[in-house]
Formats: sequence, structure tokens, C-alpha cells
Amino acid sequence: MNALCWYGKHDVRVENVKDPEILNPRDAILRVTATAICGSDLHLYNGYIPTMEKGDILGHEFMGEVVEVGADVKMLKIGDRVVVPFTISCGNCFYCKKELWSLCDNSNPNPGMLETLTGYSGSSLFGYSHMYGGFAGGQAEYVRVPFADVGPLKIESDLPDEKVLFLSDIFPTGFMAAEACDIQDGDTVAIWGAGPVGQFAVKSAFMLGAEQVVLIDHYVDRLELARQNNNGNLYTINFDEEEVYDRLLELTGGRGPDSCIDAVGLEAHGTTPDALLDYAKAYTYLATDRPHALRQAIYCCRKGGTVSVPGVYGGFLDKFNFGAAFAKGLKFKMGQTHMHKYMPRLLNAVEEGQVDPTFVISHRLKLSEAPLAYDRFNTEKETWRKVVLTPH
Amino acid sequence: MHNTRQNEGSITEFLTDFSPNVGGAERAVSAAAGGALVAFGLKQGGAMGTLATVLGGGLLFRGATGHCHAYDAMGVNTAGQGEGSKRSLYGRSLFSGRIHVAKAVTINKSPAELYQFWRNFENLPLFMKHLESVTRLDGNRSHWKAKAPLGTSVEWDAEMTSDVANERIGWQSVDGSDIANSGVVEFRPTVNRGTEVKVTMIYEAPGGKLGEWVAWLFGEEPSFQVKEDLRRFKQLMETGIIITTDGQPSGAEPMPAKTMTARA
Repeated sequence: MNALCWYGKHDVRVENVKDPEILNPRDAILRVTATAICGSDLHLYNGYIPTMEKGDILGHEFMGEVVEVGADVKMLKIGDRVVVPFTISCGNCFYCKKELWSLCDNSNPNPGMLETLTGYSGSSLFGYSHMYGGFAGGQAEYVRVPFADVGPLKIESDLPDEKVLFLSDIFPTGFMAAEACDIQDGDTVAIWGAGPVGQFAVKSAFMLGAEQVVLIDHYVDRLELARQNNNGNLYTINFDEEEVYDRLLELTGGRGPDSCIDAVGLEAHGTTPDALLDYAKAYTYLATDRPHALRQAIYCCRKGGTVSVPGVYGGFLDKFNFGAAFAKGLKFKMGQTHMHKYMPRLLNAVEEGQVDPTFVISHRLKLSEAPLAYDRFNTEKETWRKVVLTPH
Repeated sequence: MHNTRQNEGSITEFLTDFSPNVGGAERAVSAAAGGALVAFGLKQGGAMGTLATVLGGGLLFRGATGHCHAYDAMGVNTAGQGEGSKRSLYGRSLFSGRIHVAKAVTINKSPAELYQFWRNFENLPLFMKHLESVTRLDGNRSHWKAKAPLGTSVEWDAEMTSDVANERIGWQSVDGSDIANSGVVEFRPTVNRGTEVKVTMIYEAPGGKLGEWVAWLFGEEPSFQVKEDLRRFKQLMETGIIITTDGQPSGAEPMPAKTMTARA
């Protein structure tokens, strides 16, 4: 089959590799019908994530049709159409039972690396380095899905792929970030980052009853996209032109936003002690803009408010204004998305027409064009917002 | 402390003192650099090669034991107070020849389910990666066969020393075993957290100190083995499988030419 393989920094290629096979009786094999490139794939592309190996197949946002099931798979049958969450969860452990799916105890075959770095390992992710399990991803014609009875969500309506594809990551990720804000009547939610996760966080904050939402970025087109796709209670701040704190106070009668969402993140990952130096360097490289979003979110958040962080952090934060957080009694919520908890509810929202997730798509290409897509997505952020690939 | 003893003690005591006086990170660097030097020296040959091998061996020794005779002579100790005496990087005794391991894991199953599975010793190789087989003999006895470092294997007979239903199972190798070992596994219920499974083992390494040393260098560290075995036990009991990626496709092994896919 054809698959998009990683060979190093700025070196991804579509190669002909063997087809995936059932390796455990709880596996299923999918024929991938649609897959997307995530902003976090760019961190692999730019070589920031350690424990990648040459030839690793990328892709954690995908859907497809079941073509083979293992002996212990009971809920899926050949021909089923499914969307697959990017996190891999067993469904049996303490964390899965508590619906903390992304903290699954049992899905990572190489947990030692994350244990060294963070004390414990969470769930595996598709196509996202060996410290996150080393599972081959879905930017391919076929993919193996472990714990197939637990993750994949069946699509029984005739909705087109691109309306349900983003249930695999970015829609639930934006939604969990908004849900973490525990939105009350009259609340204002401020969101840093107008990328796809930020766009879905806006939608979700309104779904959950926010009075007004403020989206902060400096990509004019992305802010415009949000304005076009939401009602008049969405305000945008271009931080190149306006003072964010002052504008937020103006919009909230001097109170400050009740909740602040950092959908920017900081991908300064590291794994083993000897990689600490590497990501210290990566951190320095990123330091001018990215942690600024989190610091600003903490500074702008009202007293007793919530800072919710769907943006990915991997290492140590420098000059983190914890004193401000303490002084104002802030609450922090963060982590990889507990996908399985949100997917059915959000599928329902799409089926009822409450949200049409296709508004974030900017490009539709063939899998064979994936190397070009990575290059453009990486260098032309204003126009290359979200890429959907079709492998067949 | 070491330099004091060196001043008072004999030259033999000086040379056989392996207590650590080199810090952890420095030891790791020593071991790595030493290994590289030995490899280089053996490949190079000649006078330079011999020198490199000897120097590398010294560094390797220093890294593995955390003891530097040169530091000792100079009265230097970079190990610090927290390092403890005669402890390796993994917190076990390196030169006693006796390995003590204690590891625990919490499993989302009842003590009875876990006890019953473990009590059937034939099941153990399903999750203990280094075990080839366990066969039941008469009474309390069983025969164990395990893979050892460097492609060798060891076998021994063991007998149960304790068996309390749903609580604990103890075992001990019989006299004259290749690998003298004893251990106990305990199952303790918790409130809403599953069952704590704790394994405590003591065993003598095959080939004594040297074998242990080799095992450490090649990464087959007993404490790590027990931890990984318990992790696999948890996976097997909670999910029914042991998760793997072995055998999945990769661009590291591309197909020679573009062919139609099997399922096209």
C-alpha cells in the first residue's frame, strides 16, 4: 500500500510499504477513505519530536471502512464506516473506566520513555513518535486500529467523510477545552489561537452557552473565517494591532474574561534525560511567541477564572507567571483529549446540523500529494489552514 | 570516608573497595565512553588499540561500579551523600552477586482473578518474557526454564513455600539450582482501585558477579525485567492481550516496486 512516511526534518515521502495486518485479536484493519494533516504533524515535520524513526507512517486524523477484524472484535464488522480517535485506549483500565481515556494505562507498548520524562505514561497516539507508542498512522491506504471495539465510532448516516472526519481529533479537542471552562450564563470566553482547534473551541463555547467569545490571533484570514462562521457575539482581536488585555477589559466591563483557552501550545517535547538539552534548545527557539499566549491568558483571566489548555506542551516553561495564577486563584485544566467521551455527542451535533465542521478545510488533495501539502502547510500558514487527503 | 580508609587500610583493601565515589551522570558517561573505547581498541589492534582497550575497560568498570581508584587515591568523591554505598544506578547491589527486586503494579481485577491466574504457573511465560516454560511436577514442585543473557538458558526446580488463596504465593528454588532464587507475590485489594500486586524476589545471578555485570551492560536488568513483566501481566489481565507494534508496516522496509495492494 501507499503510506506517507517520515524520514527526517522536512523529509516525508509517499512510499510503497506492506499492508497492515491483525497483530492482536482486538485489532481491526481499515481502508482509509479520508485523512487530515494536523498542526501537530508539523512538529514532526520540523523535527521537534524525539523518538521518531526513519520510515514511521504519520497521521492521527483519519476515517475509513472496516476490511478485517480480529477474533475478539465484537462491535465492528466488515463494511462498517468509522471515524477513529487519535488516542488509543483499552477501555478496561482504571482511567478508561473513569472516562479519562487519554490517560489509558495499557495502550503504550513503550511506556518507559514517557515514564522517565513525566513519571507515568498516558495512552498511545497514532503516528506520533515511539514515546507515544510507535503505532503506524493513518495517512495511508490502510491502517491497523488496536482496541477496535473501544475507539472507532460508527457512522451510520450518509454524511460525507469531510463532515465527520474532524471527530478524530480537532473538534473534540476544541470541545473539551470549552467544556473545561464550566461555562455559566453571561460568561465571556477568550481563546488564543485561531487555528482549527481554536475555531472549534469557539463553536463549542457557543454550544455550551457562552454569552460572548473573543478570539485572539494575528492571521487576519483566520479571524475573518471565524467571524463568517459565527454570530455577532464573537469578537476578534488582532494582537498585532490591538492591546489584548485592554481590549478584553473593554469587552467585559473591566472584569476580564471568565475563562481563557490557550489553543496555541508549545511543542517543546523531550523524552529521555539526554534529550533534555535538545528541548531546552527547541524551547529557546520557540520562546518569543508561543509561551506568550499562555502567559497572556493567565494575566488576562479574571479572578477565580479558568485557564484551559488544549494546546500541547511537552517540556518546561520558562518565566511562567505562576504568581499571577496563585494571586487570582485560577483553575487550570489541560491534557490530551478524552476523545471517546465526546465523539458520540459531537457526531450528533453534526448530524443535527448544529455544526458543519467543513468550514475549516482549505485544501483537498490526494495522498500522493502529501509531501507538497506538508511543505505548503508549514510555510503558508495564512492560506493553508487544513488539508484533507484521500488515499484511494 | 574512602580516603580515610585508604590511608589506614592495606593495598588489597584499596583495590577491592568498590564503594561508589563517582556521581550518577558521570558514571553513565564513564560507562558509555568506556564501552566505545573498548570497541574501538579491539577493532584497532596494535599498541594504540591495547591502550584504548585498557583505558576503556577502566572507564567501563568505573561507570558500572561507580568506583574510581584514581579518585580514591586523590580523595575525591563525586557520588554525594544520596548515592548510598554499593548501589548501582538502578539501586541494587552490584558486587554482592545477590539481586533483590521489589516491584508493584495495580490491576483493575479482583485478587481472586489475579491469584488464580498466577497460581497456574504454566501461565507465567505468557507475560514473563524471559521464561520459556514452567511445568508442574509432583506436589508443590515445578520445573522452570528461562532465557538468560547472551542466548543461553537456565533451568531449575522450585517449590512453593507459601500459598494463601487470593493473597500470596511464595516460591524458592531447590538446592543445586543453576540460579538460586526465591520470591513472593502478594495480592492486596484496594478501595475502588483494583488490586495491588507486589513481587519481591531475591536471586543469585548466573555466573555470579560477572554474569550480573554483563546482564547490566546488555540491558537485561532484573529489576527492569520484573517491572516489564508486571506491566504485561496487567495488560493481559485487564485487556486480554499484550499490546504490540511488532510486524506493522514501515517505510524503513519499503516494497521493491509499486504493486497492487492485497485488498485493492
